[in-house]
Amino acid sequence: MMAIESEKVIADVVEVSEFPHIAQRYRVFAVPKVVINEALEFEGARPEAAFVAMVESVAGSPPTDNEKGDGTSSGG
Amino acid sequence: MAILSPADQEYLRGVFAERLRDPVTIELYTQRVTAISIPGYECATCRETNQLLEEVAALSDKITLQMYDLLQDAERARAAGIEEIPAIVLKGHNKGTLRFIGVPAGYEFATLIEDIIDVSRGTTELSPLSRETLAKLAQPVHIKVFVTPT
Repeated sequence: MMAIESEKVIADVVEVSEFPHIAQRYRVFAVPKVVINEALEFEGARPEAAFVAMVESVAGSPPTDNEKGDGTSSGG
Repeated sequence: MAILSPADQEYLRGVFAERLRDPVTIELYTQRVTAISIPGYECATCRETNQLLEEVAALSDKITLQMYDLLQDAERARAAGIEEIPAIVLKGHNKGTLRFIGVPAGYEFATLIEDIIDVSRGTTELSPLSRETLAKLAQPVHIKVFVTPT
């Protein structure tokens, strides 16, 4: 739903049992597991407000100079 | 044989007729089922996903299914950021990008149907505060939700 409301959001629902290498890369031991910008992750469902607050904590402010320099994101 | 039972098809046809507003395009990046099989290129769930989405798309003239082969349409897949198949990209009134990677079975099927409806209407059930927060995001966000079929 967040991807419907904001052009800034890419939302992927990934069925990990088909892709063991993805489960391994993101250390998915329990589902649902959510990873936001490779930076913040949590397991289990969260209330909407808490989820949106986490998204805001990752992407709510403009990038710092430090982050701007790191154009190539790692991870995947 | 159909994946969706006649009863499920009838139910979904009714839901779509009642709730879809504007056209939705489902882009499916997959492995086309061909007579020739290419060694080392086997997608375990593509055939099932192709059929499931064909059945879903047949239930409403507001839903268009476009299938792309990961190899034959490699450039398009790359541009869409598709690395794994089957991958579904929903296009309608969504502002951001909405994708399903892997077969949308079990609970994810219900999520897919709800998302098709939301994308068609351009509305969600998020609270006004959530919508306001999301509209003001300063940076791109890539949310990955990992699930298993249940």
